Amino acid sequence: MKILLSGTASDSHTWNLVYLRLFLEEQGHEVIGLGPCAPAELLVAGCLRHAPDAVVLSSVNGHGYRDGLAAVRRLREVPALAGLPVVLGGKLGVAGHRQEADVARLTEAGCDAVLGEDLDALRAFLAARARKEVPA
Amino acid sequence: MTAPAALPGFGGFVAASMTAGRLVVQPRMGFGDPGRMRAGLARTRAATAHTAGTLTVDSYTRVGDLAAARAAVAEGSRLNGYPIAAHPPATTRAVLDGLFDADFPVQVRHGSARPLAIVRALTAAGLDATEGGPVSYCLPYGRTPLRESVTAWARACELLATTARPGAVPHLESFGGCLLGQLCPPGLLVAVSVLECLFFARFGLRSVSLSYAQQTDPAQDEEALRALHRLAAEFLPDDVDRHVVLYTYMGVYPRTAQGATRLLEASARLAVRSGAGRLIVKTTAEAHRIPTVEENVRALETAAAAAALAGPPPPDPTDEGDGEVYREARTLIETVLGLHPDLSRALPAAFARGLLDVPFCLHPDNAGRSAGFVDPRGRLRWARTGAMPIRPDTAADAAPPTSAGLLAALHHVADRYDSPRHRDGGDHDRPQATPLTV
Repeated sequence: MKILLSGTASDSHTWNLVYLRLFLEEQGHEVIGLGPCAPAELLVAGCLRHAPDAVVLSSVNGHGYRDGLAAVRRLREVPALAGLPVVLGGKLGVAGHRQEADVARLTEAGCDAVLGEDLDALRAFLAARARKEVPA
Repeated sequence: MTAPAALPGFGGFVAASMTAGRLVVQPRMGFGDPGRMRAGLARTRAATAHTAGTLTVDSYTRVGDLAAARAAVAEGSRLNGYPIAAHPPATTRAVLDGLFDADFPVQVRHGSARPLAIVRALTAAGLDATEGGPVSYCLPYGRTPLRESVTAWARACELLATTARPGAVPHLESFGGCLLGQLCPPGLLVAVSVLECLFFARFGLRSVSLSYAQQTDPAQDEEALRALHRLAAEFLPDDVDRHVVLYTYMGVYPRTAQGATRLLEASARLAVRSGAGRLIVKTTAEAHRIPTVEENVRALETAAAAAALAGPPPPDPTDEGDGEVYREARTLIETVLGLHPDLSRALPAAFARGLLDVPFCLHPDNAGRSAGFVDPRGRLRWARTGAMPIRPDTAADAAPPTSAGLLAALHHVADRYDSPRHRDGGDHDRPQATPLTV
């Protein structure tokens, strides 16, 4: 699969993105990396330009909920991107524990999965999408 | 130190503390709510330690999205720092009132490649100390083009140097000793710190600090800090006050309380024996979330106690500062200075030609051809140096990094300090021999 990997708008963290690129490439995926601090507009432009099979957003600075919500809402406003699988991983807030209400709002906005830091879940999510691509 | 003891402001406070033989310890601390921010500063001031205060700015303000910062304040959302440009100056003055004075300087920490709004806000609130740099707050921290960051930082330096209140000596710390926090060999960290402080001096600052972040090997770190002292003396003008500031490990932090505490104590001892004037601490919560005020106070007191037990600082911290790190850093500095007499042109030119190249940095203006690795003895070395005028280590593994190899290298320090063997005693500053390459 072709995966667009991106940091969120206010998040400068880089090691998560360096690591995820290697991890995803080792799963056999092609990775387009947008780098850290990617605003929603850049994400939309990247998706339209590269036509990825899935988007992986990674946020660790404690603004994952706000930034992730803005990014997903903006993506879903674009008709061509309405069905693009989007997964958000990392930390949602500054509290250090998962807020289920935040997860619910992200899901309502069109985020297909909110994964925390569980890489097995990311692997499984992408594997399930990859299987769907193969015609039966 | 070249500064007179009576110099006012942040630099003068650190100079006076060094004369008195006391390490200044400082937290990273920022809360969106002014009441919590004030409480944090009050607790920092009251800690059993020689402290300076910190206002860490939130990430929306850092990336220049002041509208998002204001919206979060209006909604009462929790931010990851103090939105200094979203609150009116009177609010920040009230946060500082009765706390910020000659005995308790306060520094604004942020991470912005376009710091003008932050510098305006901090000077409007009566503050005059901050940190960052045209390279260190641009390349590893976002996507602002380097040329724009350099221009913005030049203006911010001039603004800070000229608009502080009468009698003040504004202070600016380079973040160049951190870059991505880990897997960057010390020669480049030292070079960027010196180059940024030289940049600050050229744009009007008369008091600066040079940073270095604790890495994987205590002996290599000590060598790097001595090289930093020596190069600062060689390259910075004599009339510019300066000190060295050490950051407790900025990479993946130990998860256990014991491991985290040991690493912090090792950094405090390193600061003392290498002549640093100030230490910015990490807490036992670092691996898990943004620390509380309580955790920060405990970290400040732990670091201060470890520093007090470390014995006297070296009589001359530039001694033995002419080893491998010194030579590498000096070559990088001289190469950059030789490109153009104006540093605001030399720095972007150096990156454009790959003469400076930050390992693993994803910024479009970084060449991205260099890589660092942890050698079997635990020292940080160059696997690849790209077009930089320095040589890679001959023992480097030429194989491309794997995700598992990268993860192991990133966790090298945390794993060492979390391991029961390390906790059981012995010399905690000595690394165990763990063969790792990236």
